[in-house]
Amino acid sequence: MSWVEDWAVTVATFLPLVGAIVLLFLPSAREGLVKLVGSLFAGGTLLAALAVVVAFDYGHSDRIQLGVNERWIPQIGANYHVGVDGLSLPLLVLSALVCFLCTIYLWWHVPAPGKAKALFALVLLLETGMNGSFIALDLVLFFIFFELVLVPMYFMIGIWGGPRREYAAVKFFLYTLFGSIFLLLGFLALWLQSGSQTFDMLALRDSGGSELFQNVVFLGLFIGFAVKVPMWPFHTWLPDAHTEAPTVGSVLLAAILLKLGTYGFIRIALPILPDAAVTFAPLIGILAVISIIYGSLCCFAQTDLKRLIAFSSVGHMGFVMLGISTLTDRGINGAIFGMVAHGLITGMLFFLAGSMHERYHTREISALGGVLQQIPKFGSVFAYAAIASLGLPGLAGFWGEMLALLGSYQPGAGLSEELFRVLMVGGGIGTVLTAGYLLWTIQRVNLGRVPEKFAAGTGISDVHGLEWVAWAPLLVLIVVGGFYPNLVLGVTSDAVRDLVGLFG
Amino acid sequence: MNDTLLLAAEAATKEGFFTQYMWLVPLLPFLSFLAIAFFGRRLPGKGHSVGIAAIVIAWVLSMLGFIELASGNAAVQKLWTWFDLEASLELSFGMHFDFLAGIMFVVVTTISMLVQIYSTGYMHDDKRYTWFYAVLSLFTASMLFLVIANNLMMMFVGWEGVGICSYLLIGHYWEEKDNSSAAIKAFITTRVGDVSLLFGIFALFLLGGTFDITELNHLAEEGEIAGTGLTIAALLLFGGAVGKSAQFPLYVWLPDAMAGPTPVSALIHAATMVVAGIYLVGRMFVVFEHAGAALDIVAIIAALTMLLAAVLALVQDDIKKVLAYSTISQLAYMMAALGVGAYTAAIFHLFTHAFFKALLFLGAGSLIHAVHSNNMSDMGGLRKFMPHTFKTFIIGSLALAGIFPLAGFFSKDEIIGEALRAASEGRQVAAWIVLVSALVTAFLTALYMTRACVKTFWGDYRGHGTPHESPGSMVTPLWFLAGASIVVGFLGFPVIGPFKEWITVPGHEHAGFSTLYNIILPIASVALAFGAIALGVLLFHRNRFRYDARSGPFGWAYRFAEHRYYLDDLYLKGIVRPVQYKLARAAYWFNQHILDGVVNGAGSGTLGAARGAYYLDQHVVDSTINGAAGLTGYSGGLLRYIQSGNVQRYAAVLFAAIALFVGVFALT
Repeated sequence: MSWVEDWAVTVATFLPLVGAIVLLFLPSAREGLVKLVGSLFAGGTLLAALAVVVAFDYGHSDRIQLGVNERWIPQIGANYHVGVDGLSLPLLVLSALVCFLCTIYLWWHVPAPGKAKALFALVLLLETGMNGSFIALDLVLFFIFFELVLVPMYFMIGIWGGPRREYAAVKFFLYTLFGSIFLLLGFLALWLQSGSQTFDMLALRDSGGSELFQNVVFLGLFIGFAVKVPMWPFHTWLPDAHTEAPTVGSVLLAAILLKLGTYGFIRIALPILPDAAVTFAPLIGILAVISIIYGSLCCFAQTDLKRLIAFSSVGHMGFVMLGISTLTDRGINGAIFGMVAHGLITGMLFFLAGSMHERYHTREISALGGVLQQIPKFGSVFAYAAIASLGLPGLAGFWGEMLALLGSYQPGAGLSEELFRVLMVGGGIGTVLTAGYLLWTIQRVNLGRVPEKFAAGTGISDVHGLEWVAWAPLLVLIVVGGFYPNLVLGVTSDAVRDLVGLFG
Repeated sequence: MNDTLLLAAEAATKEGFFTQYMWLVPLLPFLSFLAIAFFGRRLPGKGHSVGIAAIVIAWVLSMLGFIELASGNAAVQKLWTWFDLEASLELSFGMHFDFLAGIMFVVVTTISMLVQIYSTGYMHDDKRYTWFYAVLSLFTASMLFLVIANNLMMMFVGWEGVGICSYLLIGHYWEEKDNSSAAIKAFITTRVGDVSLLFGIFALFLLGGTFDITELNHLAEEGEIAGTGLTIAALLLFGGAVGKSAQFPLYVWLPDAMAGPTPVSALIHAATMVVAGIYLVGRMFVVFEHAGAALDIVAIIAALTMLLAAVLALVQDDIKKVLAYSTISQLAYMMAALGVGAYTAAIFHLFTHAFFKALLFLGAGSLIHAVHSNNMSDMGGLRKFMPHTFKTFIIGSLALAGIFPLAGFFSKDEIIGEALRAASEGRQVAAWIVLVSALVTAFLTALYMTRACVKTFWGDYRGHGTPHESPGSMVTPLWFLAGASIVVGFLGFPVIGPFKEWITVPGHEHAGFSTLYNIILPIASVALAFGAIALGVLLFHRNRFRYDARSGPFGWAYRFAEHRYYLDDLYLKGIVRPVQYKLARAAYWFNQHILDGVVNGAGSGTLGAARGAYYLDQHVVDSTINGAAGLTGYSGGLLRYIQSGNVQRYAAVLFAAIALFVGVFALT
């Protein structure tokens, strides 16, 4: 197994990049070959990620495992330091899975203007950026992966996007870049502060420094990650990016990209600056609950199905951030569970919104209706995903919300109980609102009678084979996660306990 | 999950054989749900055979398990670890099968079995027949899961599971918007209560350090958990019960839930799911007892609910709504019994009510099946056309009205007797309130059931076509339930009935039925019921007092009741619509114009500044100092690139920014 020990994590990150390069040399006319090669590389990456799952020692999930630490840019002390622990493993697997499913989904339909080769290459490039962010243990390495993600997503939105794609793509790029600048600033400050001038996350853990220094640097990291999550009020790039992005772009954006922000908090901001985290936790908690309620309210006002799901992400990621802000074992475990669950469920919802658009050529909620009557399997899957999204116990959406709320009942690190109980109640109101807009959406889209203009039903077919292949893993994992939360919590709990130990 | 941990629950007695396997009872309908949902149309009977087979086996197992308990075997607890965040949270996946769970198992499997048999007739032509059976199975599984749960978190999972099934079944005829709206109303209203319940579970967990029901009750008994915290926790739990068991102020969803198929109304919205709240308070009864004023508040809310709902039952035309308000009122009866400490009586009433209320709903379904209308104004004279439905419905009505010797008589009298005992012992003001409203409600109950019977079975037929008696698949369950409604009351016969031996307050030795039982109270209450029936016959059949209720001296009160006390309007127009439309639009407006305005403003501001700088550069600076122009022109151009969307330029921006920030930090 030593080969796996040394290489699995690296392969899971760079194999997609190799795939993207290979694709460039294939003739674009042979679309079938391009799709096959693209999926083979994404599948190989998934296998590499599963090899990591197999080789991982779950008894010591608080330790970095399968790690590699090689000198990279010795002049500035940046190393190629990678590895996985309980915090990153679930997200790495999620990323590899969803990317693979996206390539399968693309077999069915490459959105206008075609160019399958370019799109597959971008998906694979994106995967390298995302997987790399989850395995990087060096700030420079992390930053490069974190920024690498922007480029393929920018082109994905800008080329395959909807009518306002250029605005959305530029807004996405610039807004996150704006956040990244603060992030980089923070990383450089940490580097200067550390006596040994290192970018190593483990060496920088609980790095100390004056209170002012810590708070200023945390603020920088906070802005950088909060834009990515996105937290209110930094979220306005998200609905535009989602609305305009092609289906796989939306799926990847929701399922994985947003997690880079929340993961950044857990991997970098909290362990490196634990004291500042305690200072900022109430602010984060308040913004998280505003995100939950505000995101839910905005959902009620949406007329476009995809935009509605985009706003629902603001609310759901609010629960993740609420969990983190409690600085408790319960809350942070819940946050990671919430990230995975949101990746599965909202990823699924974006697949559905995309497929619905392909069938009905509209995403206007008021124009749709009677989907369950016309294409019952599709309607059932839609209802299932929406009900999962509202946090029904027994499905994956529940545990993240429940643990975040439980964490808020009794926050850690001497945080104000009164404040966090108020936040908990706010979150509770959010769950009612969430149920409200999702059931209302089901009612408008799924139920009722088929509108006249779709009654002829030309081209409106039920779920087909490739869609089942791309969706089945998500649909199954949603219920498995609901009944067997240990799937994620069993991996994260040791690592989270280790992290929580840092907060006074 | 593998490390099975067997707890010696109550070590004194031996453990039975079947009681070990009670976890099979919820599992069977769950498997049948999966089978029907995925392969239903290819299964015999389009799925109903599988559903019925599973529930029959589950019923047999439940009966065997209960018989084992009754013959002296111990209650069983089994645990498996569900998940474990070592230091902070451990959650087990466990079963707790005792008498309370056993009674519920018998009720749930019996009613579910009969409803599934009945539905083969009632739902025969339904286009979603298979799906209907799948969800019935899922509902039954969730309900049994809720009942057998040994801890509150697991119970919550079942609790929400029955909620979603209820939602799916209320909205079964989802082509009509009214039905799907009723489904949403039910889910959202109960979810308000569910949030309260979840917080109550948190509160108890943080007080007692466990979700385990037995342990929490034990801790409360020992005084390990006490004080204001416990009171708040109990009231939060009660909030969940208020939602699910349709108590004031959250009862508004239940009458609308009648939009679902009638067998669903019988199973879910009368006999089983809606008693989950009663079951919850019963399960946590010791906690409630030690939670300060919590039980008083339970009693007062329930006393209010039973009256409010009974009055509304009196002014409905839709027969299912009469029964729905009656259900709310009877649930409040049970809740009030818990409130005055009459634990055994409450569970007994839950038990008897399940049979006669399911009977009444299935009977109403038989009527609706025959006349194709829910409205009693379209019925009348049906006793001639539908003799079986007529006879069984009358038996159910008499049982509900509390006429000796039918089931409702025993359980209802027990509650009134216990309320009197609690009141006379000077324990609670709340007990007096309960006693008075229980008596008034008993009178109103007999009155509205008389009205319903008169309007449906007597007089002339007012509907269309010729109604026919329903098929055997529907009539047989009616007679079975009618038989049960006659006999089950005797299980709680004063002094000799075994029910009080079965259902005792956990940890209490002698808190069974009242020993103060006297003969006057039952006679008085039966007289009250007969008085109400006589008045009902005079009012609604003979039409003695020829006056229009709407314009009479109490016309305002009648109209007030007809509008459901304006409570639904208050919620809909006061909360739901403003949030759904006004507040949501305001938030979105803020999003698009204020928050996004800042973002877009920053973008166009930068662009403007760049243009300005470039203009200055070209026209002012350039003409004077050529040397300085280069730098400004470069920065103006750079800012322009930012807006260009040209990714290649971003690298330049990035590096410039990095250089700047490094410089700033290096200097400070």
